[in-house]
Amino acid sequence: MIRGALSGCLLLAGLLVMPGAMAASRYYDIEPVEVAADTYVVFGAQENFNDANHGAIANTGFIVTDEGVVVIDTGPSRLYGQALREAIGRITEQPVVQVYISHAHPDHFLGNNAFDDVSIAALPGTIDAVRAVGSDLAGNLYNLVGAAMRGTSAVVPDQAVESGTTATFGDHRLRLLAAAGHTAADLMILDTTTGVLFAGDIAFHDRAPTTPNADIDAWRAVLAQTRAREFAVLVPGHGPSTPDDAPLSQTGDYLAWLVDRFTQDANDGMSAAEVMFQPLPERWARLAVQPGEYRRSVSHLYPAIEQSALPERTE
Amino acid sequence: MNTISKTLALMLLVLAMPAAAAASDDPLDSSQWRYMLRQYFPDAKVVFDDRVQVVAPDYAEDSLATPVQVRAEGLEDVERVLVLADHSPINPVLDYYPVRAAPAIGFHFKVQQATPIRAAMRTADGTWHVGGVWVDAEGGGCTAPSVGSASPLWESRLGEVEGRLWARGDRSQRLKFRVVHPMDTGLAAGIPAFFIRSVTVSDADGRTLARLEPDEPVAENPVFALDLKHAGAVTVEGRDNNGNVFSARIPAPAS
Repeated sequence: MIRGALSGCLLLAGLLVMPGAMAASRYYDIEPVEVAADTYVVFGAQENFNDANHGAIANTGFIVTDEGVVVIDTGPSRLYGQALREAIGRITEQPVVQVYISHAHPDHFLGNNAFDDVSIAALPGTIDAVRAVGSDLAGNLYNLVGAAMRGTSAVVPDQAVESGTTATFGDHRLRLLAAAGHTAADLMILDTTTGVLFAGDIAFHDRAPTTPNADIDAWRAVLAQTRAREFAVLVPGHGPSTPDDAPLSQTGDYLAWLVDRFTQDANDGMSAAEVMFQPLPERWARLAVQPGEYRRSVSHLYPAIEQSALPERTE
Repeated sequence: MNTISKTLALMLLVLAMPAAAAASDDPLDSSQWRYMLRQYFPDAKVVFDDRVQVVAPDYAEDSLATPVQVRAEGLEDVERVLVLADHSPINPVLDYYPVRAAPAIGFHFKVQQATPIRAAMRTADGTWHVGGVWVDAEGGGCTAPSVGSASPLWESRLGEVEGRLWARGDRSQRLKFRVVHPMDTGLAAGIPAFFIRSVTVSDADGRTLARLEPDEPVAENPVFALDLKHAGAVTVEGRDNNGNVFSARIPAPAS
């Protein structure tokens, strides 16, 4: 008993001395998958935030070049960011030289703490959003996933990305594409060397899209434009990567269905709670995180659509 | 009386008090329910009844406006519907009198913290039939200022009503209406309570079809969905706690 308690104390002391190495691997099982030459993705759980996945629900990625490693999204917490950096270190001796953040949602940028010695770039709208609501998002995630969030704060990206520009790292030429729709600022990155398109949360795959900050018309327009692009591999923000545009068409079809459904329900006089608890068609019921994500979307999108189905002021 | 007969008398007394028994039988297992019973249903018969349905999400995505639909299948003669939140700084959410309407109402409310949301329906025999669900929340819904209180726009539109009727079978209509109103709870610092106190829906002859008395937790710019046992145009008239009145005629649905 005494020996057990003692070694427990030693373990605790070890954690206090090395919060990164030991604690991070305890929470996060980071297994990068090579999806193209020099290009790796760490796939997130197709789940909601919970205290078993510790917030690791989004995909993160990195590209290994002769001039250093480029990281795309940093995950949900400081410890995730540290675990990601350790995983990169097991694959290459190249240092991380650049981080890009796709958008200002907590599952994508709260690992920034582990990269605060590196330039972190994002669209101006993302920088503004992290500055405005980053701390609230971190606080909410603490409540949802608990201890794995310790030491996490909202690090504001320090470099603004200009849309349409190309950044070159070794052999890899990255086109930085500004979009909007999932949020007010969504960065997509097309590696023209490998043909890998990191679409961020513009694309969801086999997981219901989230809509808390969405502009559905803008989002659908971006999806249509992106389907017209040339790419070899598409990496969505959530779900498996594909050699085709399946995540783009699936996301577009779902959003179109959502708006049609809500418009029809509003014109039938349904209340929001009635809309929430309707059964979903098979195609959309089988996506991960349903029906929860659909119900969240009722809260986000139905009020405006419901109001537009009421006549202007009646006398 | 000896001990045995005392015990028997006590047992009979317990059997004769379904309301008291209900407190420990709360299917939602809320620590507040005993208090709610005393506060809102003193001396009344209260039963938990599966026919009283409260439909609301298990998590409040928007703590300022969480949708809820209350309804009862197969419960006749409902005279009053009281919607209550156990764990809220203001327990009563809304009081509804479906005079010539079904005991059903849809609206949004503010959620301050995880709470049961309940509907209690009083039937003509005086019994309260109670159903409900838990809603979890990050919280802050009741102590946050309204969006309207920060904008100069609402003042010029205060009390505007947008409404529409839908035919629902023979001599039944869904009425939905939205009223521009900040619905301030009085719990946000420096902003006094300012909310719609009563709304009456009547037919063309002035007969009351339904009456509702919202409380502070009803969401800003509230939208109400009612099921009227009536065909044709209706009038919606209301008043807030500052004495402002509003009214609107809602035309019959285009058929």
